[in-house]
Amino acid sequence: MKLVLTTEQQELRQAVRGFLAAASPLPAVRAAMESDGGHDPDVYRRLNGELGLSGLIVPEEHGGSGAGYAELAVVLEETGAALLPGPFLATTLAAILLREAGDKELLPGIADGSTVATVVLDGNRALNGAEADVVLSIDGDRVRALRGGERTPLTTLDPTRRQALVEPGGDVVAASAEGIARARDLFAVAVAAEQLGVLRASLEAIVAYGKVRVAFNRFIGSYQGVKHRLADMHCKLEQAESIVRHAAWAADEAPDELAGAAALAQAYVGRACFEVARDSLLLHGGIGFTWEHDAHLFYKRAKADEVLLGPPRIHRARLADLLEL
Amino acid sequence: MDLEDYRQRARAWLEANAPGDRAEGTPDENGVAAAKAFMAKLYDAGYSGITWPQRWGGQGLTQAEERAFAAEAARFTLPTYVFSIGLGMCGPTLVDLGTDEQRGRFIRPLLRGEEIWCQLFSEPGAGSDVAALQTRATATDGGWVVDGQKVWTSVAQHADRGLLLARTDVEVPKHKGLTMFVVDMHAPGVTVRPLRDMTGRAHFNEIFFDGVHIPAENVVGRVGDGWSCAVTTLLHERLSISSGVGMGGQKDNPVAFEALRTSVDTGDPVVRDQLVELYVRSRALALFNQRLAQETKAGIFPGARGSAAKLLLAELTMFQADLATSLAGPEAVAYPGEGGAGGGLANAISLAPAMALGGGTNEIMRNIVGERVLNLPPEPRTDKNVPFKDLKTSGGLPS
Repeated sequence: MKLVLTTEQQELRQAVRGFLAAASPLPAVRAAMESDGGHDPDVYRRLNGELGLSGLIVPEEHGGSGAGYAELAVVLEETGAALLPGPFLATTLAAILLREAGDKELLPGIADGSTVATVVLDGNRALNGAEADVVLSIDGDRVRALRGGERTPLTTLDPTRRQALVEPGGDVVAASAEGIARARDLFAVAVAAEQLGVLRASLEAIVAYGKVRVAFNRFIGSYQGVKHRLADMHCKLEQAESIVRHAAWAADEAPDELAGAAALAQAYVGRACFEVARDSLLLHGGIGFTWEHDAHLFYKRAKADEVLLGPPRIHRARLADLLEL
Repeated sequence: MDLEDYRQRARAWLEANAPGDRAEGTPDENGVAAAKAFMAKLYDAGYSGITWPQRWGGQGLTQAEERAFAAEAARFTLPTYVFSIGLGMCGPTLVDLGTDEQRGRFIRPLLRGEEIWCQLFSEPGAGSDVAALQTRATATDGGWVVDGQKVWTSVAQHADRGLLLARTDVEVPKHKGLTMFVVDMHAPGVTVRPLRDMTGRAHFNEIFFDGVHIPAENVVGRVGDGWSCAVTTLLHERLSISSGVGMGGQKDNPVAFEALRTSVDTGDPVVRDQLVELYVRSRALALFNQRLAQETKAGIFPGARGSAAKLLLAELTMFQADLATSLAGPEAVAYPGEGGAGGGLANAISLAPAMALGGGTNEIMRNIVGERVLNLPPEPRTDKNVPFKDLKTSGGLPS
């Protein structure tokens, strides 16, 4: 079991973190979310071009880097922490589905960044469904792909990422019952990695604020009423990171453990992420309730992610089934 | 030797030598004699002090061998409880800070179970704020004379030696006037009284020192440097708690997930979900502990993050005992005889607060995580730059 990042993975993290800090800081996120497209196409292009992230997990024979899910988790943690708007997670879910189901046709376009793809989730919703070039849907043990089709943008709680009602269907591009089952677990791992980043950034924001905000002639972080809650939030971060590393390791190296690790990841990290984002907002005081402060963006992303793959109880029920309870 | 060979050899040794019957908590005199005999065998076979320096009687091996042995030993309940304070706290402190003479004299008998150790820091007026302790050590010809009282001292009734923290100077601020000593628990003037705790048993003792002489060569570290020595001991304590040294595994724990899944009705969806919650929390902490262990192996010292693991363990311990008793219902609190399922659950809920109090309360752990992991500003302190003799105490001014 590998729960600690390798030197290469740490370098990947630094590269993505550095890029996002420069290209998509929170003021840029706000500008992007209020733009017509909902994201900055130039940032998305550079993310895929300079950093090659859309092709990260695409096998080398299809033009990608053939990296593992441990590397993908490192990247999603950073895009989550930055609240990166746009179709990166949507296209990543599509890449996971296509890789696991054995597609050859669509992966090269995803790898080179020219194809924006998404996956139909429950209720015919899809992340970035309005702007995706290709909509993938799961039909039994087959994966179908549709270019075009009906797209109806939805109003979203989370202003940093859009969703739309889409039409499932189209041509069969791959088929594998086993691959699709694995892909569903991997969606849970991918979202958990993003949630880990949202959690971490929410905690970092309130810890930083606790060191500068003064009340009653003291920094608020010196009060045990604040400090102890931050300590509890740190405990959640430590456990969430351990669970995400374990799930990503299982995805790469221990297929038998993947289903349990993925259900655990959603059962724990989804809740922990929302709780930390919520408490971060609350501990900011009144400023946290304003539109101009960023706390609500993390809070809303955390809630949107917690229910993205379905109501949280489904992950707990899956865990119960896997544990044969 | 190959790690897998080491593991196989350890397993074979344990199967041949581990006592079959269950040993729980502090044994009586017969139990102590049996535990000492087992410890001597364990040491002679090379499984006591696996990572400790060879020069002082350890095996000089790595964490990998230690973990391999611990993994095998987790399948047994070994009678090592009376040695846990020595192995987890006192011994490592002496390895870090003792003189060569002290290491040469104390480590091997400690590892071989010939001498049982206890730790003497806490006092009735100095719990979370242990640096406020009032036990005095006064310099005398060739050594020191100790007067005062200690409390919460595990295994002291069987102990041969104790690691003592006492005040040697009241004219300086409280953290600067402390000194650490090795004290002979059989010396004249040492009185050990069992302290009955909420479980009805005596897991701890009170110790009274009345003019107890300690030779000068038993000072650990430097005179006046006792606080930093104590920090070393407490760091080892937290690591040994979170890694479960001498604590047995979850194997026989009637309130852990593995036991509950067979003893409760999982057909009820509420019960099922409560068990999922227990599983999630248990697994989250287990993975966190494994990550800390992997980081340590990779040279990243966990430091104060170990306090987060200890806090989580305390919360899990309370949660699972609370859940198990609630799931069982009335039979958890009223049951025939002494043992049985009800007895195990009642014992678990009675014992559960111990983990949240011993080795630093949950509130102290949160302070440590807040100040040393998150680097939050400290509480304003009114006790740091004042001579100890001028500080408030709960019962008036110190003498």
